[in-house]
Amino acid sequence: MTARPKLEAQDIRLSYLQPRTGTALAALDGVNLQIMEGEFVAIVGPSGCGKTTFLSVVDGLIAATAGRVLVDGEAVTRPGPDRAVVFQDASLLPWRTVLGNVRYGLECLGVAAREAGARAEKLVALVGLSGFEHHYPHELSGGMQQRVNLARALVVDPKILLMDEPFAALDAQTRELMQEELLRIWAAAKKTVLFITHQIDEALYLADRVVVFSGRPGKVKDSIAVDIERPRPIGVKRQARFHALEDRIWELIEEDVKTKAREDRHARA
Amino acid sequence: MKLERYLIGGGTLLVFLLAWELCADSGAINPLLISSPSRIAEAGAAAMSDPDFWTDVRVSANEFILGYVAAIIVGVPLGLLLGTSRRLSYIFAPFVDTLNAVPRVALLPLLIIWFGIGIWSKVAVVFLGAVIPILIAALSGVNTNEARFVAMAKSFSASRTKIFLSIILPGTVPYIFTGLKYAAGRALLGVVVGELYASTAGVGRMIADAGNMFQTDTLFFGVLIFTASGLVVVAVLDRLERRFERWRPGVGAPT
Repeated sequence: MTARPKLEAQDIRLSYLQPRTGTALAALDGVNLQIMEGEFVAIVGPSGCGKTTFLSVVDGLIAATAGRVLVDGEAVTRPGPDRAVVFQDASLLPWRTVLGNVRYGLECLGVAAREAGARAEKLVALVGLSGFEHHYPHELSGGMQQRVNLARALVVDPKILLMDEPFAALDAQTRELMQEELLRIWAAAKKTVLFITHQIDEALYLADRVVVFSGRPGKVKDSIAVDIERPRPIGVKRQARFHALEDRIWELIEEDVKTKAREDRHARA
Repeated sequence: MKLERYLIGGGTLLVFLLAWELCADSGAINPLLISSPSRIAEAGAAAMSDPDFWTDVRVSANEFILGYVAAIIVGVPLGLLLGTSRRLSYIFAPFVDTLNAVPRVALLPLLIIWFGIGIWSKVAVVFLGAVIPILIAALSGVNTNEARFVAMAKSFSASRTKIFLSIILPGTVPYIFTGLKYAAGRALLGVVVGELYASTAGVGRMIADAGNMFQTDTLFFGVLIFTASGLVVVAVLDRLERRFERWRPGVGAPT
């Protein structure tokens, strides 16, 4: 049985015109990717490899120079309710309460106020924030803000969840807790997930498959299936098999990371 | 901490008033020049029992309120509009910049030719003084909207109207309040200068008359009225701002 992928990126290319030099700078150089229904795929790569740009193309916020994004076999060119983004900085509206932020997407879709409120409350409970409905973002910790961020994306009931390094700004302990929480919520919500991260262990712990991006311009270097059974307690990160996969991915990106570091040194010198 | 602040601040003020009183009473400085707190209080009491004084207050208050409210009604929407439409801002930018550079009180003689020496020339100068800072504040509030919030809204397929109402407008509120407070000072200045220059009534007129007759006590009392009005307006705006911005850390959030 060859099922149709839920999300497919076909040869996505993107180049910017550099304002200073007038030359084109390639950010994405032919990205091909297929994600099946319910699959959790993580993209790792050196910083500046175009991971976040790729996510914006999939969401439809940035138009690709060439290539197509297909959801259920249909091309998408703009944001739609079938995809929702969990942003890197939580991007919560500071003048709205937790509940007000979570229902934001529903308001944009024109869902009736009463239904929007009820759905938002359900999601606030799912991400474990019951009792904080009427708090403002500045009254929440970084981890709690990301829970709101996640609830805001889930409440519109998207088919595909696009997550852009959502835990990058959290401290190490909170991050591990949030990773575990995300797997719990993912199991409950049954979504297809595309997760961007620069942390190899985070990608491995969360994903069914880890896609490795090469350095700029970004393209898929390799795709590695994570054959670690679920549910995954946080302890799997200390298993030998986990470390072996970590080493393998590190080898794939090591060279790009070192090249990038060298370039940065040159740029500063 | 707070008590310390009030003790030191209030104490200093008290010492200053006492020294002022002593200088005048002892004759060290001619009271005709500097008056004194007790003389000002007496002049104030006398003025307040005079119906003419209340007419002056009413005239000045009307000039301030009419001009200031008109400036808000025009300045806020126009600033928001110019902030949202690039082309409109190109059209209006030269006028806004020029008007901002002109000291608006310099237009008073012209305004008096247009509107006479009654309250409307003063309303006009108050309006001109206040409208520019309010407009610029609203405009810069729109221009500094956070790109990440707009990207978030677009990701949820928000309409342009929705983005304006839910992202841009709330983001301008702090800027608008800053503009309103600054504009209140400009508006008050318009009332004073306008009435000093040419008028038939008003607290500024009262100050000018008192000055012409060397009544320093009454003159100081008039200045005191303007000072108090300025403080009251800013206090009212502060309260309003706190109501609007409960969400901001530190602006009256009940933490």
